[in-house]
Amino acid sequence: MTEFFQSLGMNYEWAWFSATIAGILLIALPLMLAVAMIIYMDRKVWAAINLRRGPNVVGPFGLLQSFADGLKVFLQETIVPSAANKGIFLLAPIITFTVALGAWAVIPFDAGVVLADINVGLLYILAISSLSVYGIVMSGWASNSKYPFFSAMRAAAQMISYEVSIGFILVCVVLWAGTFNLSEIVEAQRGHGLGIVNGYWFNILLFPMWVMFFISSLAETQRVPFDLTEAESELVAGYQTEYSSMSFALFWLGEYANILLMCALNALLFFGGWLPPLDVDWIPWFDIPGIVWLFAKILFFFFMFSWVMATVPRYRYDQLMRLGWKVFLPISLLFVAVISGYLMATGHFGAAA
Amino acid sequence: MSTVAHLIKSFTLWEFVKAHALTLKYFFKPKVTLNYPFEKNPLSPRFRGEHALRRYPNGEERCIACKLCEAVCPAQAITIESEPREDGSRRTTRYDIDMTKCIYCGFCQEACPVDAVVEGPNFEYATETREELLYDKAKLLANGDKWERAIAANLEADAPYR
Amino acid sequence: MIQTIAFYLFATIVIASAVMVITARNPVHSVLWLILSFFNAAGLMVLVGAEFIAMLLVVVYVGAVAVLFLFVVMMLDIDFAELRAGFMKNFPLGIAVALILLAELVLGIGAYQTGAIELGDPSGVGAPRVGESNIENIGALLYTKYLFLFEAAGIVLLVAMIGAIVLTHRPPKSRRSQQDVGKQNRRRPEEATVMKSPPVGEGVEL
Repeated sequence: MTEFFQSLGMNYEWAWFSATIAGILLIALPLMLAVAMIIYMDRKVWAAINLRRGPNVVGPFGLLQSFADGLKVFLQETIVPSAANKGIFLLAPIITFTVALGAWAVIPFDAGVVLADINVGLLYILAISSLSVYGIVMSGWASNSKYPFFSAMRAAAQMISYEVSIGFILVCVVLWAGTFNLSEIVEAQRGHGLGIVNGYWFNILLFPMWVMFFISSLAETQRVPFDLTEAESELVAGYQTEYSSMSFALFWLGEYANILLMCALNALLFFGGWLPPLDVDWIPWFDIPGIVWLFAKILFFFFMFSWVMATVPRYRYDQLMRLGWKVFLPISLLFVAVISGYLMATGHFGAAA
Repeated sequence: MSTVAHLIKSFTLWEFVKAHALTLKYFFKPKVTLNYPFEKNPLSPRFRGEHALRRYPNGEERCIACKLCEAVCPAQAITIESEPREDGSRRTTRYDIDMTKCIYCGFCQEACPVDAVVEGPNFEYATETREELLYDKAKLLANGDKWERAIAANLEADAPYR
Repeated sequence: MIQTIAFYLFATIVIASAVMVITARNPVHSVLWLILSFFNAAGLMVLVGAEFIAMLLVVVYVGAVAVLFLFVVMMLDIDFAELRAGFMKNFPLGIAVALILLAELVLGIGAYQTGAIELGDPSGVGAPRVGESNIENIGALLYTKYLFLFEAAGIVLLVAMIGAIVLTHRPPKSRRSQQDVGKQNRRRPEEATVMKSPPVGEGVEL
């Protein structure tokens, strides 16, 4: 894209700058649209499993429901509690939202279609997702109210705990792919299973890792079995209790953008990203653009997120901590050892190893 | 043996798989809810919805200001003031129902000797402001005129059981 | 040009937020400024091409350490008057620390300008391998030349971790206060529930 802007008569720096800004907008704006539609899908799937209809009035099949909600929230009054720490109170939703968008910079949508094709893409994702806890902690503290504060405490402990096991799971994937670059990780999955299946999920050693990654990503995004930070029966609405209007909407968008990000990571790391499910030529699915495959996979994982939400009840907090530290952490550590051992034994790293 | 089976079950998350299979089955089942604003359930003739003041077929209002409804109302939602009209008949000058207080018990319509105040079949009268829910006599009479046919049919249908 | 702008932006924010860390009255604000400063330091490292170190800085310091700082500081009940009371008492110590730091800075810059520091053998095992990402370079160094130091650091951290656990771990006072999740999970429906169909008018014998 830089060349295009250069052809408009800019020098290299300005062309690069414009190209980057255009790329950011090209990702962020459709992402916002996707978030709106994904909220609608979430409610529809949840409703369908409960034998309800879900939103069905605003627009055809209720498709415009999220936009109506957004408009409503936009027109509301922003209330800042008098005892709140104003600066941080208003900064918190902005941080949540920005961080949720920031991680999308390294997500490859197709071969070569990525804003920042950096070598440490996966580490960048880890770094950014570890930042997302700040929005919640700051909002909980700045609200100067008991329930948001409890929620912030829970969120901090929960996200740090699950980040540890997510880190080890990612190490397994990185070991097998031999790179931190997300595009290269996807390419490494081409024909990984028996030469025909694209994706690491077909691997007996990595499939349990995927299951754990999926569950951890539920915990990381505070989706239902682990939504203790906004457990309405205990904490009113958790860290969002004191928020209204646009500041609430930013939390809302950020939360769903994070969920979409986790779905995208599931697709990229274990299910072959933009590659079709099978690496065979006699079905003409290589004609379908890779971005369509990626979106289909993201939607599938989002369906699974909603499906889990409609199925399982909420965890107790001590169970959550036990699962993170006493189950996931030892198992993922064990798998790091087993997988690196296997890779060493089979000479995966070449003769030098 | 059962310990082994239990171990295998817990490591394959068997209970979760089973639960998700069940919910997936429900996902494809037909919906049990109505498509509400476009589809509605049939209502019993005894349904107690929004209040209305009825008139006789000749246009005379039924209410004779006996204040039985005001007396029986457990929520004290009804306020009535009365004066003799020019022709000497006893009529209300004020008949207010505070719909925010009303508990829809139906005692008012049971108490009414002339079937003047009734709870009609309408339940869709949400308002944007609270003040709109403080009904006065004009509003109640207008309700009566609007819903008279449905109310009369309901009273007719319920008459054999009274 | 963009690099220059980015460098001055990051550098200014690092220094400004570092100043804010020590001048902010509210400790929570201090921690938040500290996080901003970490973050911009990571930006500086990206600028010099050390993206791996930058990411580690964010993951470890911003993502874990600073969250714990914030966690603790948020729960403090702060009396601002008391905080300011010790100023004169600690003033001489503060001056001493500042002087030592100044001396170190001057010595460090002086030593750097004489150019006598040999930071590594540019052609030995530790030499940067051209054309490889710095993750691979760091890995190659850590697991060859600095293997012993790396493992030693790992053991020191392990000892510290075990020490912290040993020092703070206390056996639960009574079994009743602790829920045994494993035991709860092992419970089967047959042990916990029983189906009865009591006849009408009679109670159930439990």
